[in-house]
Amino acid sequence: MSETTHDGTVAVGAPASPDEGLPAAELAAKYGLSVSGARPSLGAYVRQLWGRRHFILAFSQAKLTAQYSKAKLGQLWQVATPLLNAAVYFFIFGLLLGARRGIPSDVYVPFLVTGVFVFTFTQSSVLAGVRAISGNLGLVRALHFPRASLPISFALQQLQQLLFSMIVLVVIMVAFRSYPDLSWLLVVPALALQVVFNTGLALIFARMGSKTPDLAQLMPFVLRTWMYASGVMFSIPAMLADKNVPSWLADVLQWNPAAIYMDLVRFALIDGYGSSYLPPHVWAFALGWAVLAGVVGFVYFWKAEERYGRG
Amino acid sequence: MADDTTGARVPTVIADDLHIVYRVNGARTGRGSATAALSRILKRGEERGVRTVHAVRGVSFVAYRGEAIGLIGSNGSGKSTLLRAIAGLLPAERGKVYTDGQPSLLGVNAALMNDLTGERNIILGGLAMGMSREEIKARYQEIVDFSGINEKGDFITLPMRTYSSGMAARLRFSIAAAKDHDVLMIDEALATGDRSFQKRSEARIRELRKHAGTVFLVSHNNKSIRDTCDRVLWLERGELRMDGPTDEVLREYEKFTGK
Repeated sequence: MSETTHDGTVAVGAPASPDEGLPAAELAAKYGLSVSGARPSLGAYVRQLWGRRHFILAFSQAKLTAQYSKAKLGQLWQVATPLLNAAVYFFIFGLLLGARRGIPSDVYVPFLVTGVFVFTFTQSSVLAGVRAISGNLGLVRALHFPRASLPISFALQQLQQLLFSMIVLVVIMVAFRSYPDLSWLLVVPALALQVVFNTGLALIFARMGSKTPDLAQLMPFVLRTWMYASGVMFSIPAMLADKNVPSWLADVLQWNPAAIYMDLVRFALIDGYGSSYLPPHVWAFALGWAVLAGVVGFVYFWKAEERYGRG
Repeated sequence: MADDTTGARVPTVIADDLHIVYRVNGARTGRGSATAALSRILKRGEERGVRTVHAVRGVSFVAYRGEAIGLIGSNGSGKSTLLRAIAGLLPAERGKVYTDGQPSLLGVNAALMNDLTGERNIILGGLAMGMSREEIKARYQEIVDFSGINEKGDFITLPMRTYSSGMAARLRFSIAAAKDHDVLMIDEALATGDRSFQKRSEARIRELRKHAGTVFLVSHNNKSIRDTCDRVLWLERGELRMDGPTDEVLREYEKFTGK
């Protein structure tokens, strides 16, 4: 698609005018017309997105509400679903497989539940991201808005879902004798960084998913592998302690973004989960992953802005 | 066309040798077995297992301010695709579309959710079209009244899936028609709802036309084309078959369709 190769044979069935025979590009330039559907500059794109912030928020809330609107218990499922999820993981990993190795038993339940909730947040953001464009082609082909609105909106929807889960989490914390204190405030920066990280991933997978919808079939397996490798239901250092592996390996495993954000939230909320469980430089890594995913994701998604909707 | 000063006509939309190609996954020709699919994947080539549909083939035209242009042609001739391309919603394979401002399609269906109440859908639809919360608030009552949803009880606070298809269509049109547009494109939106609503919506479209610079109308109803348009583009198999004054083109078109 070059700008100059067309000689612009303009077929006008209307009466002649002085512009007759002028190539299309020159005619457009003369009257200040712009190319329809061209990609805006990065700065303009950010401004457009900001202008659509109400839509992004309303869309995410609408999706969240629509999810359970047919169920008899209605919005109660927002809380019941994560609770059941946690119960299943506790039954399998806590009771049957005994994955609690190295963790005191009154810490293990909050440890597991926090891990499940925080990992689910990233997991569902990625899965929603894959379908953000490919599953909403109708919307993309009907209305004008910066396309990044969709993946961002889906990531926000998952954040709101997580906030419901946090209600469950607080109850479990108190039940297992981790009481609210100042350190709980650390949850806010930890989750804020995770939101940025998740949104970045959602943007990356939205672009990939728009080109290759097959990813929607593949990603659940990738994400499950990631979950088992991230120490959702076991402590990575405790698991590796009796294996003959160098200590840097535990650090590397713990520096993976999912493990980082899980550990930070656990550290903030659980009394018995002190800084000895955290890898070195944990906040720097949390920030680094967020900035890396956020910036790369946004630019990568924006680069294909004019091509979404071809399907 | 009421264009007394020839030469002072200002173009609002220029289509320059426009080609639109759809790529369809999973509608492959040839054998459908897994091994065949695998061998296609392994075979190197730029279009593995993808069929392409060349929906618009080299269409060029210039639309001017104040024109109302009808798009006609048999089903699958590329009318809706052409509209979407003008709106910048479908990327062009080759060629370019130049526009003055942002053309918009009249239609908001895709943004609405059946599980939400009519009330929330009005807000969601308005935001999706790029209106601000204040604008929506100001027009909210107007939209509800226009749709006539509340004539038979308090339906606006019920989920849209409980509406009859006519009611839902009326609400969708009312939301879509609440915004003014520079270049307005209407895709067979006239035939929704019952008779009284059709009259109201035709009046609303005329009003929108007055505010809009240029109007495109896709319709299979030659009468509504005659009533609203002064120029007609006739598309057939993605090619521009004829472009001219309404009467002339419609006469040829009716001859072609054997009417």
